[in-house]
Formats: sequence, C-alpha cells, structure tokens
Amino acid sequence: MGNGLAGTTLRINLKTSVVRRLPTDEALFRRWHGGRGITAKLIYDEVPREADPLGPENIFIMNAGVMSGAFIPAGSKVSFGSVSPLTNGHGDSNMGGHLGPALKFAGYDLVVFENIAPRPVYLVIDDERVELRDASKFWGMKSLECEKALKDELGEDFEVATIGPAGENGVLFSCITHDFGRQAGRTGQGAVMGSKRLKAICVRGSKSLRVHDLPELRKQVTEIMLRTRKHPNMEPWQKYGTAFFIRWSNDNAVLPTYNFQTTHYEDTDKIDGDQLVTKLLVTHKACFGCWMNCGKYTKAVVPGKPAVYLEGPEYETGALCGANLGMKDIHHVAYINWLLDNLGMDSMSGGGVVAFGMECYERGLITEADLEGHALRWGEVDDVEHFLDMIAHRRGIGDWFAGGTKRAAQKIGKGSEKFAMQVKGQEMSGYDGRWAPGMLLSYMTADIGAHHNRSWTITVDMAEGRERIAGRAKIVIYLQHIRPLFDTWCICRLFWGELDITPEEIVESLNHITGWGVGVDECLRTSEMIWNLNRCHYLERNRANGRTFDYPPARSWEDKIPSGPGKGKGLTREQIEEMLDDYYDERGWDRRGNPTRALLEDLGLGDAADNLEKIGLLGEPLPGGIPKVRGEKYKPKAF
Amino acid sequence: MRIKVDRTKCTGCRLCLQICAIENYGEINPKKAALRIEAKFPEPGQYRPFVCTQCGKCAEVCPENAITRNDVGAYIVDKSLCTNCGACVTVCPVGVVFQHPEINHVIICNFCMKCTELCSTGAIVKWDKAPASKGGTAAAEEV
Repeated sequence: MGNGLAGTTLRINLKTSVVRRLPTDEALFRRWHGGRGITAKLIYDEVPREADPLGPENIFIMNAGVMSGAFIPAGSKVSFGSVSPLTNGHGDSNMGGHLGPALKFAGYDLVVFENIAPRPVYLVIDDERVELRDASKFWGMKSLECEKALKDELGEDFEVATIGPAGENGVLFSCITHDFGRQAGRTGQGAVMGSKRLKAICVRGSKSLRVHDLPELRKQVTEIMLRTRKHPNMEPWQKYGTAFFIRWSNDNAVLPTYNFQTTHYEDTDKIDGDQLVTKLLVTHKACFGCWMNCGKYTKAVVPGKPAVYLEGPEYETGALCGANLGMKDIHHVAYINWLLDNLGMDSMSGGGVVAFGMECYERGLITEADLEGHALRWGEVDDVEHFLDMIAHRRGIGDWFAGGTKRAAQKIGKGSEKFAMQVKGQEMSGYDGRWAPGMLLSYMTADIGAHHNRSWTITVDMAEGRERIAGRAKIVIYLQHIRPLFDTWCICRLFWGELDITPEEIVESLNHITGWGVGVDECLRTSEMIWNLNRCHYLERNRANGRTFDYPPARSWEDKIPSGPGKGKGLTREQIEEMLDDYYDERGWDRRGNPTRALLEDLGLGDAADNLEKIGLLGEPLPGGIPKVRGEKYKPKAF
Repeated sequence: MRIKVDRTKCTGCRLCLQICAIENYGEINPKKAALRIEAKFPEPGQYRPFVCTQCGKCAEVCPENAITRNDVGAYIVDKSLCTNCGACVTVCPVGVVFQHPEINHVIICNFCMKCTELCSTGAIVKWDKAPASKGGTAAAEEV
C-alpha cells in the first residue's frame, strides 16, 4: 500500500555536480501537500532574503505532488518553483503534459537544484540513472527545436522540458516548455533555470506508482469519467479548448484590447475559437490521463514565413497576443504564439509586454530609432517578430522590456507606468478588471502578481453585480484558497470549474491516493497557510507594508472603458481602496496589508510572525480579533 | 474479437495505457500496458495507437510454445512456460509485445477491452465483428 509518493527526493548541486538521493519527507508533503506548497516552504526556509533570484543562492524546485501520475482526472501536472525574478517573491508555475507523471514513474517526488553550473548542462533521469550532461551543443537552441533534438538523441519516450534563448539570456518572464506546447509560463521560472545554466530536464520512468487504495480510486474515478463525459460543457471543451472563450470575453466586456485600452475588439470574429478550429487545427491533444483534451495542436501559415506547428493559441494567448495586439488573422496570432514558445517566453506576459511597447510606440515614447529601424504597430506581425527578437537577446531597449512592463516603464518614464498593465511585476492575464471588480481585486492581491489562476471571478462579478464591490473580498479569498489547491496537488482544475466535479469528490480521490483521511476544510486551511507564508515572504524580501504592492496601474481607475458593451464603466480609486480595506479585514491582516500575529499563529506560522516583527512589518492586532473563517464558499458558474 | 483503431481521434492521453496496467497488474504503470501510443511531434503532429492485431507471429516464433490463442482470439502467454527470451518482441510487426524489468514474462494484449471502455474519443473501439482468422495487419484495422 502506498501514499501517492514515489519515495525519493533528489538534491542536485549544479556547481559540484553532486546528486544526493534522500528518502522523500512524507511529513513535508502531508503538511504542504506538494506543488506550490512545497516551493513556498522550501524557498522560505532556504533562500536568504537578500539573495538575487538569478544568483546561486536561489533554489529551483521541480515536484509533481501526490496526485500527479495517479489514475485521476488530468493528474498530469508538474510544478516548478523558486524566488521569482519577475516579482521578487514566491514564484511557482506548473504545466500539464506528461513530465510530472514520468517523474513519479521514475521514482522521484521532488528535485531541488542548488547553485549554478559552471557550464551549460541538462539533466537526464532514467529510473535509477540520474546524470547531468554537457549541454553545450543545445545551448542557444530554441525551446521547441531543443525538445526535438533531445528526443532524437535520447528516445521519443523521454519527457522533456526545455528553456529557450530568453531563459538563457535572463528575460524575466521566460517560461519552461514541454510536450511541444505546454508551458510553465508565469513568474519567470525559465529565467531561473537559465541562470543556473540548466538547459533541459529529460525524464523516463518505468516504475509503478503506489497509492493507498487503488480499487476504490479506480471505482470512483471511473464513475466520474463516465458521468462527466455527458456533461454539456464537455463537447465545447473537447472541440475548442479554452479558445471558445474569446468571443464570450468580448461579448461580456472583459477582453483586453489594444493594451487594455478597451474591452471590445471589433475583429473578434477573426481570432476566435471557430477560426482556430477551422483554419489551424491539426489534432486535439490531451495531457496525461485527461479525457477533456483541451489542447489544440495547430499549424499556422503566414505568407513569407515558414509554416509553424504549435499548441494553441489558447484563450490567454489568443486574448493577449490577439485583441491586445490588434491582430486580425488567427494565423498571425498563432505565429506570435509560436515565436514566444520557441524563444521561451511566457505568451501571457509576452503579449502584455508587446502591447505595452505598442502603446509606447503609438504615443511616441519609443521610436524607430529605438527599434533598430523597425516600427511597432498594432496588428503588424513583422513588427512583433523583430521586437521579440530584441527582447529575447536583450538588444537595445529590448533589454528594458526583458524585465517586463513594470521595469520597462521605469526606464521609459513619461507617465508610461499608468498603462504598464501589471501588479508586482507580473503582467495581467487576459481579462480587464475595470467592470469586474472581483477580478481586479484578484490581480491586486495574488501572491505571484496579476495572474488569474489564483482567483477568477468574472462569472462571480456578473452574478453578484458588476458595479458592486461589497462582499466581493470574501469570495476572492475563498477562490484564492481553493484554486491554488489544485496547484499543490499537481492536477488540473478544469474538471472542478467546468465539469462540476465537487471539491469533496477531489478530496475523496486525494484520500484514496494518500490515505491521509483529510476533509475539504482542512485542505483549504493548508492553502491559506501557504498563501500567508507567501505574503510574509513577499514582505520580508521587499521590506514595505503589503498595501504598497497591491495597487494596479492607474489606468484601472483613471480610464473608463471607452467602447463596446462596457462603455463608460470603470472603478474609482476610492472603490479600489475600499476593496483593499475589506480584503485585509477579511483576511485577518491589518489595513497596511500586513498579516497579524493572531492569524499567523492560528495557521501554525508563528516563526513567520517573529520574522515580520523583527523588520517592523507585523500587522497591528485587530480590534475585534481575526475572523474565525477567512473566505466565503462560493461555486462560480462555469462559462 | 479485436480492437479497431482510428488514429485521427487519438489525443495522446494514455488513459488506455493506465487502465490496461491497472486491470491486468493492479498497478498504476503505463509501462506495463499491452498497447502503445506513438507521438509524432512537432511535425506532422499526430498520435497513433498501436494494438495487437492477432497476427499470431508471436506464437509462431515462441521456442517454448508459451503463447496460445484463446477462444476470443487473444494470444495468451503461459507465465509458467515463458522464459522472457524476447523472440516474440522482435518479431511483432506492430511493436506491441513488451518486456518490463519487474515482470519475468512478456506482456501481450489479452483483449480485456478495458482500454476501449475508457477511450473517450473513439480512437480505440471494441470490434465485435472482426474477422476471426489470424493474419490481420495494423493498417488493415485502421479507419
């Protein structure tokens, strides 16, 4: 009988090439569940607060939690984590595909990379065999090409994760690529991998994954499988993946358009899911153990350029590299998606950064002279290709943009900070929050900056009132606990969000796998603990009151939506302050946005309270004490 | 009874591999499955399942006569006779006879059909009316 763990942890010192094999600390997984929880704990304990995220003292973590690889809906994820060079706080990012399960089947739960390799290396794990190999012939290769080259060398059945030139060159929003189209995109994990001169990770495993009660797991999951196949959302998800959401987003005035200037795109019908399926689709593509196959593998043809194969564009890329850049042809959106994938940049931040550059260009803040003689116009794919090449290789002002929109705006100045669409250094996901207050609050308060997967509230905002902010913070807090749980378990959240599998069912599966015998509330508490530890970590590294970091760019309150169904809508600065006050009260933080001792001790984080106190950033005790329960249970309607 | 493959419908999820090993070995381990998925990426971007075609070449070549056909047409390995010599692995035209370091005999599909029950896209389906005689090829069975 097992517990979902493979049994072995690897500690790899890249400087000395020493590989240590340790028995996996089951108590660590039991307390932090895995995935981003493990990252939160290890980087808090091990990385000095003043350490450069791209320096030798940062650690780079890969783990597949306790559920990945098991017989479970979309149990496919692998989580990467480190101190983020993009946000200077906790950073984690995960991806589906087949790498996470392969790691478990090879016998490993957790791999921690320490230090920096003296020369480029790649890691090969083939059951017991663990080797760092010379990567000099792969260094400089683009992500997708490198994956192919490694599979040609090692064998098709190795699961491979690579970085591209952007990661090698320290572009702060670099991603990690796997399975020719799956990315761990956010928080710059590719840049951390590049800083360690780790070009790729290749894994093959032949062992069995032991779980607590396989017959019960099989019975339960088979029932879920047969039931969810008949769910009305299954067909659109299988056909379009997330891409069908472009039109929905436009119709509901949240589609970021022209760098979040408006939320209505007149050419939506040229870049939506129908276009993707009819013009680009090669094959549907699923992650390990998933019967929803939301991945769309495609081929894009842009005249004068080579035909390219990619996975996507999914919703986020379609929004941020489509409407947000003014693209009018699905082939162009896909081509930009491919450029970003192959250079090894997050296509969400990438879209945000290019859109910011385009608005700067439109306003005359950057010119052809800055762009090596090129323009940077809305809707021009050639302009984007050249600009991305400047960024990936940090040429000229490409170096400014390689730090993301926040750092680029600091260099450009002249009021550009107002429309650098980011929070804490991370670019916004593909939803404009001006007429979706819960979404804006989600961006403002997320532990990794403006990312939607911590909390997504568009249907909540629609159901509860798009101009109403009262009561929204509680729901955001609940979502910030439940959604990241999937990232601790290393499984996909779509079955919960879109096919109505309940949290209780998922936790039942978790118990069949681990034997932990936990309930949903206990899991939510674990997630809250992770959230608060990350907040403490952020404060300790950035040394100011938390509220300082929780504001969106001024466009969020200064500019009303100028066109479309959301015309004239927007939030005021006062409403944003009110939402923050409400959020902090509901979290048990003080109004400066700092966690209080009573809360941290309630969550078993007394040490973090001591650490905050030493630097004067511990929250003041709340007059009425902390709320007994933080967050309010809410099931957002599927879209 | 055989399995029909429509490779245009395969999404590469490997649920078939998972359930195969769970059914036959009581373990989560796709490397103990009796079928395989070939993935051709980045070009042309295609998955292709390979399943036993019941051609019988494994039985013909087996020096121990450990592989015999049962009444549903499946080739069954007698674990007490199989020496895991691998002759059948070499000769299988579609590469679906497997060896695994933890198992001391070869792995051949027994047509339990669990894979076809879980395949959600119809890439592999139960083929009740398949020709009973041996000699089929992978190509002949693909849609």
